[in-house]
Amino acid sequence: MPARQAQSLSTSITIAIAGNPNAGKTSLFNALTGLRQKIANYPGVTVEKKRGVWFLDDQSAVTVVDLPGLYSLNATSIDEQIARDTLVQSSDPDLIILAIDATNLLRNLYLATQVIELGRPTVVALTMFDLALRDGLEINVPLLSRELGVPVVPVVARRQIGIEALAGAVKKAAEDIHACVPRKRIDTPTTRKDQLLNRYQRIDSLLSGVLTRNKRESLSRTERIDALLTHRLFGPIILTAVVLFVFQIIFSWANLPMNLIDGGFSALSRFVRTTLPPGVFTDLLADGVIAGVGGVLVFLPQILLLFLFIAILEESGYMARAAFLMDRLMRSVGLDGKAFLPLVMSFACAVPAVMATRTIESTKDRITTIMIAPFMSCSARLPVYTLMIASCFANQKTFGFISTGALIILMMYLLGISTAVGVAWLLKHSILKAPSTLFVMELPVYRIPSVSNVFHTMLSRAGLFVKRASTVILAASIVLWALAAFPRTTEGSRSYKVANSYAGRAGRLLEPIIAPLGFDWRIGIGLISSFAARETIVSTLGVVYNVGEEDESQRSGSLVKAIMSAKRSDGSPMWTPLVGLSLMVFFVLACQCMSTLAVVRRETNSWRWPLFMVSYMLVLAYLGSLITFQGGRLLGFS
Amino acid sequence: MLLSLLLGVKATFNFDPDANNKMKKTNYSTLNALPHGRWATVLNVLGPGFIALRLMEMGLVPGAIISVVRSAPLGDPIQVKLRDYHLALRRTEAEMISVAVHPD
Repeated sequence: MPARQAQSLSTSITIAIAGNPNAGKTSLFNALTGLRQKIANYPGVTVEKKRGVWFLDDQSAVTVVDLPGLYSLNATSIDEQIARDTLVQSSDPDLIILAIDATNLLRNLYLATQVIELGRPTVVALTMFDLALRDGLEINVPLLSRELGVPVVPVVARRQIGIEALAGAVKKAAEDIHACVPRKRIDTPTTRKDQLLNRYQRIDSLLSGVLTRNKRESLSRTERIDALLTHRLFGPIILTAVVLFVFQIIFSWANLPMNLIDGGFSALSRFVRTTLPPGVFTDLLADGVIAGVGGVLVFLPQILLLFLFIAILEESGYMARAAFLMDRLMRSVGLDGKAFLPLVMSFACAVPAVMATRTIESTKDRITTIMIAPFMSCSARLPVYTLMIASCFANQKTFGFISTGALIILMMYLLGISTAVGVAWLLKHSILKAPSTLFVMELPVYRIPSVSNVFHTMLSRAGLFVKRASTVILAASIVLWALAAFPRTTEGSRSYKVANSYAGRAGRLLEPIIAPLGFDWRIGIGLISSFAARETIVSTLGVVYNVGEEDESQRSGSLVKAIMSAKRSDGSPMWTPLVGLSLMVFFVLACQCMSTLAVVRRETNSWRWPLFMVSYMLVLAYLGSLITFQGGRLLGFS
Repeated sequence: MLLSLLLGVKATFNFDPDANNKMKKTNYSTLNALPHGRWATVLNVLGPGFIALRLMEMGLVPGAIISVVRSAPLGDPIQVKLRDYHLALRRTEAEMISVAVHPD
């Protein structure tokens, strides 16, 4: 190990923040780095790797990495493995800051003593020190520091208290960097239990001098809140209300910015068309690039709101309660309570949902959850449902007063959920069979979420989503644009051009296969384009039916009219309610989303799972549509 | 240095200083069967190695004092209270933890 310059600290010195989940690592990280942070991925897996710059004083700055939370160096989840490997094997961190929850010393010190024994320079940050004081805990900090053999600094990260003292301790510890030789210390399985017991014993005797416990106000307040929120009857009612509320907000608040973004990109695309000379390049820019970027960004308002609520639920401590309430139900299909949240998120977008599965310890449970997440009707399906309802079930009522459209959309959601349940059960009883795994989870103390933490989390996750999704969608939308634009013909209408393009030819080629589902070649083109992102079928149908591009605001209305008046070759109406229903069923069940597949590829680190996902879902979608259309005809519907 | 300190200590627990006396006059049970609201001291964690290890790493070590707060709506998992924090665990896991029930 090369000796480093101890005096001149620079960003080439890396500090890793480690600690238990809920120990206040992220608050501390935000307090140290402010907005000077960026988020990336650990190679191979999509675990967030947050890096930032911390200015210790006017002259010196260091790089800070926020590691995923871990309870012990014996890792059980991917998150923990990454944190463990960084601490034990990697040469990356020159110094470790251990975030130790001052209100929960006994268990937090378990990890702390393990990490200190690694022999790297370590500084302990005693987080949430204000809560500990308010809880009547008296902590003898100098004694704790002497017992642990490392500096201990009490901090209140949310109010920037103790940060300067922490900087001082870090600067001092950094002077010893070159003197320390990291050791690798692996507990061998036969001695692990003994070592664990020894360790707890040592911590307990250590604490007897350090810690005086009095009344625990925050614990008893948490107990009072839990009496309601995890109550047998009220708990599930409140959880349902919370989920419904979040969805209501996501869909209603996001509407306006989504329309603005959509309108903005259409305007930009028109502007490009009118200013640049017509040609391949202009078409590529207007229909490929701008449409592709717009297609990602239009979901940003929903994604931001979703991430906002998730950050609030996580920060407040409610998320763990949701997993607690739902565990038994999720287990009946072979999953874990922790799968509940990703699946709920999936109703907005499967991409963040797949990313959220990494808290699930068992790999097989995690893959099962990923495999069924796309069945939840995400926001990209809504434009398709809306178009079908408006075209095929306009103003219909069931029993005279319930809107048939609303009822059908509800049925589509239920179809997705029940298919997910069935598939999860099948997977867990076949290829992803595993002995029942561990479910032990901390129920953290309820806290009022800090505004800055919530916004940091929301923005960094949304940024990661945009970065990841935009590249894939952009590439896919350029490919699909090329399929629809080549070979180029100069004469004829846009619909004529599309019909003669590669996409059009593929649509005709596909027609015999999809005819039993009630689809014609035009829908075939739409299906092909929708594999980039589901909602693109709406714009593709617009092109196929040659709906004018002059006025964007009337476009959807005129598309509905064009669809309603479309005829089959024998003169019968093309878009019967049964065709609309069949198409909706196809969209519930098929995995038409490049971004999801790209994220699954990254999460599972192989092409096997995304390929399996897209093919089994395609088979299910085909069968589902076939049963809907043929079954409906047998029953006499049209 | 720390390691040598660690190995020199024998595993006897005194989280609850009065535990030995209490055990003499109390019932043994598993955490799963512990009535809600009653306090108990963890005696041992049995079962498959990695599960027992993780349960102990989460603080369910012999000597820890513990109480069941409530069960989830469908009776499982259960919410338990340790001295400084709350945990949720399944009944199959609670079954692996033997406890000595404190007298009222």
